[in-house]
Amino acid sequence: MKINLKINNINRDIDVEPGEVLYDVLRRCGFTSIKKACGTSSCGVCTVLLDGMPVPSCSYLAVKADGHNITTIEGIKEEADRIGKFMVEEGAVQCGFCSPGFLLTVIAMEREIENPDSQGIKNYLAGNLCRCSGYEGQLRAVKKYMGVSE
Amino acid sequence: MEFNISQSVRREDVPDKIAGIAKYIGDYKFKDMLYARTLRSTEARAIIKNIVFPKLPDGYCIVDKGDVPGRNRVKIIDYDMPFFADGVVNYIGEPIALVVGKDKRVIESILSQIRVEYQRIEPILSVEDGLNAEKPIFGDNNCFSDYTISKGDMVSAKRRAKFVYEGEYETGYQEQFYLEPQGMIGVYEEGKVSIYGSIQCPYYVKNAVEECLGFEPYRVRIVQTTTGGGFGGKEDYPSLIGGQVACAALKTKKPVCLIFERNEDIEVTTKRHPSKIRLKSYIDENYRVLGMEGDIVLDAGAYSGLSSVVLQRAMFASAGVYNIENLVVRGRAVATNKVVSGAFRGFGAPQAFFAIEMHMEHIARELGIDPFEFKLSNILRQGDRSTTGGLYRDRILLPEMVNRVIKMSSLEEKKKAFKEKRKIGKLNGIGLSMFFHGGGFTGSGERDHIKGRVRLVKDDKGYVEILVSNVEMGQGAGTTLRKIAAKTLEVPLSKIIFNNPDTDRVPDSGPTVASRTTVIVGKLVQEASEKLKERWSEDRVEVEVQYKYPEGFYWDNDRFEGDAYTSYSWGVNAVEVEVDPTTCEVKINGVWAVFDIGSAIDERIVKGQIDGGIVQGLGYASIEVMEDRSGKIMQRKSTDYTIPTSMDVPEIKSELMCEPYGGGPFGAKALGELTLVGAAPAYALAIEDALGVKINKIPVRPEHLMEVVQNGK
Repeated sequence: MKINLKINNINRDIDVEPGEVLYDVLRRCGFTSIKKACGTSSCGVCTVLLDGMPVPSCSYLAVKADGHNITTIEGIKEEADRIGKFMVEEGAVQCGFCSPGFLLTVIAMEREIENPDSQGIKNYLAGNLCRCSGYEGQLRAVKKYMGVSE
Repeated sequence: MEFNISQSVRREDVPDKIAGIAKYIGDYKFKDMLYARTLRSTEARAIIKNIVFPKLPDGYCIVDKGDVPGRNRVKIIDYDMPFFADGVVNYIGEPIALVVGKDKRVIESILSQIRVEYQRIEPILSVEDGLNAEKPIFGDNNCFSDYTISKGDMVSAKRRAKFVYEGEYETGYQEQFYLEPQGMIGVYEEGKVSIYGSIQCPYYVKNAVEECLGFEPYRVRIVQTTTGGGFGGKEDYPSLIGGQVACAALKTKKPVCLIFERNEDIEVTTKRHPSKIRLKSYIDENYRVLGMEGDIVLDAGAYSGLSSVVLQRAMFASAGVYNIENLVVRGRAVATNKVVSGAFRGFGAPQAFFAIEMHMEHIARELGIDPFEFKLSNILRQGDRSTTGGLYRDRILLPEMVNRVIKMSSLEEKKKAFKEKRKIGKLNGIGLSMFFHGGGFTGSGERDHIKGRVRLVKDDKGYVEILVSNVEMGQGAGTTLRKIAAKTLEVPLSKIIFNNPDTDRVPDSGPTVASRTTVIVGKLVQEASEKLKERWSEDRVEVEVQYKYPEGFYWDNDRFEGDAYTSYSWGVNAVEVEVDPTTCEVKINGVWAVFDIGSAIDERIVKGQIDGGIVQGLGYASIEVMEDRSGKIMQRKSTDYTIPTSMDVPEIKSELMCEPYGGGPFGAKALGELTLVGAAPAYALAIEDALGVKINKIPVRPEHLMEVVQNGK
């Protein structure tokens, strides 16, 4: 069946199978920044933004996304660079496999929550697993980026 | 180019990772690439009587033991597990065959139609059964390894002892849970097999694939792709699947891609060895530990893998940071019909340090003396001898490090305050651990097995490429090695190139394991840079150096005597917790750490290792529960096997206090594994402090704590 997705502001008509998940469809379309680490929507690695809200693309049916806006890292280079600078400075990135999904979640948080505090940031990012950094570098980076002190 | 080696620099690999353009194995596409999924044993131990395959559609095939042109055994330490089961299976999840073809859904459908007929054999499902096996899985005694180390005079120590204390300690499985699952692609072109993959040890895979195919070395090439974490999990297992995709590529003459789903990865790949450790100490009237008897039993799973060396590292660490002059320790790696245990950051040391740190605390409590005073009065000093009789040549800063951690954490004030709090039902506690990690391979491994070689190539524009087989897997090795070369050559960092290794281009500098990349390979990079510097005026220069065992060290691998390691890194951790009096759930309120790693090659990278290692160690001690029932792993999904999230960790305050090591680059010693080793005992000791109970087992689970609290033991 055919669905329409507006991916990074470009409309696309895409043929999908009824059971196909968004992750597979987006990867098939060339958006390979999206990674998959669990397949059970419990790690946040495959996060994309659907109308600005973070969703786990590995468990989100593509047909459900019909008619919606999808954002991947490829579509928000500037914002990603802006946050990325802080991630580099704070050593937030090691293996990098969780980085695109993490960045998208930070962007969603920035849009959704005004002036989050330190605990608010931790809560929002709790769904994005990282095995390398112990979250310390990530949290330092996000706090600095958002101007949050302890 | 003058720069302070410790000062942090921008990592070159990071921008592409943030932009999502770094290419991991799943991002590689080859023309006409086929996919593979694995047919696995559903029995813990059985003879395969027959396999009934459905009629396969065109373009689909089965790859199994009949398709292994060479030796159907994975070369790890010994010729070990088969690439594809050969008539018998020894654990649930053991690979029997690959189903290969174009469409993943068709492959799934074929997989679901295959019928394997088994004749069951009574499986060995625990180390206790394994030690009394009637039908051993391996050898006569069912132990892959059975070692004893001893030193001094135990008889005299026992005679002189006034107190004896014995305890048994238990640790569970731990899954590496690198975020990028295992994956490889095999390509066959013009008589040569190339394997691309997410790996730590290109030459391990190369050696295994050569044996698997019966190919000459020049016909096998291994290329590491950007690797999404390893932590030991991509040390040994990739040799198995590397051989499998090689056979599949050879059979189909097409590229074959095998990437695991998470659930599969959790269930079938290697994990940290569960352990049972019994320690018996003999103590004199001045509270000196005169002697210790130890018995270490590791659950190795169905094949030997790296168990012999994991066991050695555990045994050599059995006395912890304490100077125990008389000692007998037996260690056994027991075969069971379970998933193969393998490498995981720490490699036997986390088990041993949990045991000895709890043991020492329990002795002090039993004798009614101050645990800190007791531990510090028995602590190792420069000039003391290790468990294998090796000399601790360098200054050991532990007492100063302990003082610093006590100060950083306000440990003494907190202990007092918590005592008062407990009177009103608030259960806070703080615990402190001391530990070390030996840098590089155990014993004579670097000298006799690895013999690492490093090559530097300078072109006519003054760019220098570092050619090593060690990988960047997130830990920062690329940046660290580049900095060592740049600093030694006195050229800008931008002139030094590090690419992911390709065995057609790089010499064998050994695997990316054992915290050896900085201390061993980094030193070779430094030596090569010094040689290159002398010839800098030449247009194109290539220099190669090889590891030399340092003078004055000694190791007898038959008797396990001498210097088990040529350098030691040290650590002190404190953890503060709060236990919910109703649910016994534990919240971590603070972590403080001081490490001696000789010197930091890059402070930000070092901090990343410290933070990540400690959190993995805290996960090991607390929420990372993995159990097996009837040989089946019960936590097979990321929803069942949980690792710490950002909600579970407080800010980690860490500092370095370094005694430079003459044999390391710019004084640096091992770092990566050390950071994980001390978290578990500090966490468990904090809970002991909060609850006044004895903890002998990790992970510490609230339900167990509740029983302990209610039953008073």
